[in-house]
Amino acid sequence: MQFRLPALRLPPFFRGGLVSPFKLRKLGILGMNARNVRYIARYNDRDKYPIVDDKLNTKRAARRYRIPVPDLIAAFDTQPTRSRIMKVIEPLQQFVIKPARGSGGKGILVIVGRDGEDYLKPSGNKVTALDIQRHVSNIHSGLYSLGGKPDRCMVEALVDFDPVFDKYSFEGVPDIRVIVFRGFPVMAMLRCSTHDSDGKANLHQGAVGVGIDLATGKASHAVQRGLRVDIHPDTKMPFSDLQVPDWKDLLKLAASCYEMTGLGYLGCDIVLDRKRGPLLLEANARPGLAIQIANGIGLRTRLEHIESMTLEQLEKNVEERVNYSVDYFAARTTL
Amino acid sequence: MSPRAQVYILAALLTFLGASLTIYKHFALGFPLLPGEYRTVWTIEAKVRFNADGGPVKAALTLPRAQRNMEVLGETFSSSGYGFNIVHEDDEHRAVWSRRQASGVQSLFYQLDVHQTPGAALEQSLDLSTEVVKPMLGAREQEAVRQAIYSLVEAGRARSSDVSTFTSELLLALADTRNQDRNLIFGYYKDRSFVDVALVVLAAADIPAHRIRGLYLEDDRRRLDPEDLLEIYDGKRWVVFEPSSGTPGVPKNFFIWQRGGKSLLDVEGGRNSGVTFSVISNDVPARDVAMLSTSKEKEALVDFSIYSLPIEQQSIFKLILLVPVGALVVVLLRVFVGLRTSGTFMPVLLAIAFIETQLLTGLSIFVLILILGLWVRFYLSRLNLLLVARIAAVVITVVILMGAISVVSYKLGIEQALTVTFFPMIILAWTIERMSILWEEDGPYEVVIQAGGSLLVAVLAWWVMTNRYIEHWTFNFPELLLVLLGLVMIIGNYTGYRLGELARFRQLVR
Repeated sequence: MQFRLPALRLPPFFRGGLVSPFKLRKLGILGMNARNVRYIARYNDRDKYPIVDDKLNTKRAARRYRIPVPDLIAAFDTQPTRSRIMKVIEPLQQFVIKPARGSGGKGILVIVGRDGEDYLKPSGNKVTALDIQRHVSNIHSGLYSLGGKPDRCMVEALVDFDPVFDKYSFEGVPDIRVIVFRGFPVMAMLRCSTHDSDGKANLHQGAVGVGIDLATGKASHAVQRGLRVDIHPDTKMPFSDLQVPDWKDLLKLAASCYEMTGLGYLGCDIVLDRKRGPLLLEANARPGLAIQIANGIGLRTRLEHIESMTLEQLEKNVEERVNYSVDYFAARTTL
Repeated sequence: MSPRAQVYILAALLTFLGASLTIYKHFALGFPLLPGEYRTVWTIEAKVRFNADGGPVKAALTLPRAQRNMEVLGETFSSSGYGFNIVHEDDEHRAVWSRRQASGVQSLFYQLDVHQTPGAALEQSLDLSTEVVKPMLGAREQEAVRQAIYSLVEAGRARSSDVSTFTSELLLALADTRNQDRNLIFGYYKDRSFVDVALVVLAAADIPAHRIRGLYLEDDRRRLDPEDLLEIYDGKRWVVFEPSSGTPGVPKNFFIWQRGGKSLLDVEGGRNSGVTFSVISNDVPARDVAMLSTSKEKEALVDFSIYSLPIEQQSIFKLILLVPVGALVVVLLRVFVGLRTSGTFMPVLLAIAFIETQLLTGLSIFVLILILGLWVRFYLSRLNLLLVARIAAVVITVVILMGAISVVSYKLGIEQALTVTFFPMIILAWTIERMSILWEEDGPYEVVIQAGGSLLVAVLAWWVMTNRYIEHWTFNFPELLLVLLGLVMIIGNYTGYRLGELARFRQLVR
């Protein structure tokens, strides 16, 4: 028997704008509060946070677990002198400067080429050596880190992106986010930057979120600014043709992050390198909830399914876990 | 035990503790639950006057004792040139003024503040003497008086059933001017007061009795003489009678100064002595009355609290105690609504500044400083400074801006803007810094969203924090913070959706 509450009567101002929380609950949508209390606080130990919160630590751990990551060119633990920065970046054509403890993709400077003395950003804008030095100094002062704590700075090789996503991305870096719960991949999405998002892969800035079917690596659903789309708004390519290559390998990489970090509820950001295949860009102990919008389904049902498993069922290796997820969490439809 | 259960148990305990302390403070210590409650406090002044003979002088005044229906809040003695102390003899407190040499008219003052606590009965005192001293009525010319007294007693006895009703009857008869026996008695005791006569008749009837001296508390009365009540012993307990009406019980507003015992005033070395009283009433905030009455008893809950701090620190605490309420507003808006703000508790600090500056002034100053600060910050960002130095530069700029706003507005005659100094400068500088980064990274739209969100939360927090009930409760019942703590803990366990999410996940519902 189903218990029905009388429909919430909202003032006209909200009508159509808001949905009933009971409907969301029925669809298994995970809310921010439930994510924080039921999943992050319960399954993510505080002492393991530094592995994911500091990207230099993540890199070190990944090397130990043989998880492929973009090459580290240099790391500055303390505020480097100008000449030391120049010594590192002078010979480079392409590189990425990142704060080790940056949050939300803040403070990442991507250089894709040189123009004489100047450096070129993906948008084509020029950056001077002085700008780069200032950026490094800002990173060290903690401008991009949580709480303004002093930070470290890393220089990374620019990933040689697999051209498979070129048609689905405008100016930007396409990456795949996989949510891994207790070692099982539960949901995945591809974030495609658009002209609207200014080359950034943040969904709330206008990037397209493409839900990826865990079984096949094909697109199952795509959303931009909360509205369903079938083609990329800039390149006009239909998402139905999208297929992530080496999908199983990518899922295995994501699943093995569980052993690497020890975090029960984890978001892995993965990019595809032309030669090396999937690379772990970073891991996140507090992954966002936009992945539900991209996939058009709720996370909670899947998470609760994993939670209901016995210890024996949980004792699986990476391969078995990926196979289980591929079988169990296959999308009902693909685009 | 799961952490969730622990949270609920702890929150319940905290809430219970805070609520019961509050209830205790309200009912037992008299702290008012609502703001603006006033209590009447009577200031009674006793003025002792006498003509000193020129030699050593000693004046002793009986002082009122603690009573259940009257709470003594404070006493003061004025005795210039006199030595003063309080002696306790036979369960009586007497103020003794003494001086080696005095001549001429002398005035001594004793003043006390009392607060009437309604409903409490007069306590039974066990040490009052129940001995009856029979009046001496032996001589021939007194025979008629003796007859009259016994006829009154007999008449009263016939018309009563017990000591109490007898006393009532007797007092009524004594007040009846048509009664011949009564007139005869009063004719004999010409120089004696009504109560004196009543005491004589009661003694003749073998009823232990004594007088009660006191005052009727009425506002703005001067040069009052003490009035008398009668108290009789009915074999089991003492009963008070109002002599002229003969009704039992202490009249309302009657302040008992002396119960039985000896004289009210003794003066040695002086003549023409007397005591007069004056009474005024003041309406005092109920909280102050509670504070005064508890401070004497050294109530631990009050003595070891912020009330024991100097007034200046208390007023600071008044503001500090509002911070948790502001924090609660932030928690509610973030957990249940999902508003984004720049800096989690920055809006609370902003709200505190608004309390000092008034809302509109505060808002316009904040927006002005933010805009000017952002403008300066954009220029600074081109100068390639280290972050700490740059924020310090923004701090200095903010201070200069504040100074400029103060001076300019003062010259223009807008004195309100002088309150600009209440803004937390460092927080403002950091806000400017974060906003400018936000501008560079996410565009001006996000800046407007976050600044607007912060301001909205700050205004809501300000609105709650300036509510007079909230102000009253946080300062007078700081133990409510425990309830607040419990509440915040329970909210911290909320796993439902936020209001913002109902819109965010809208398209998932098809």
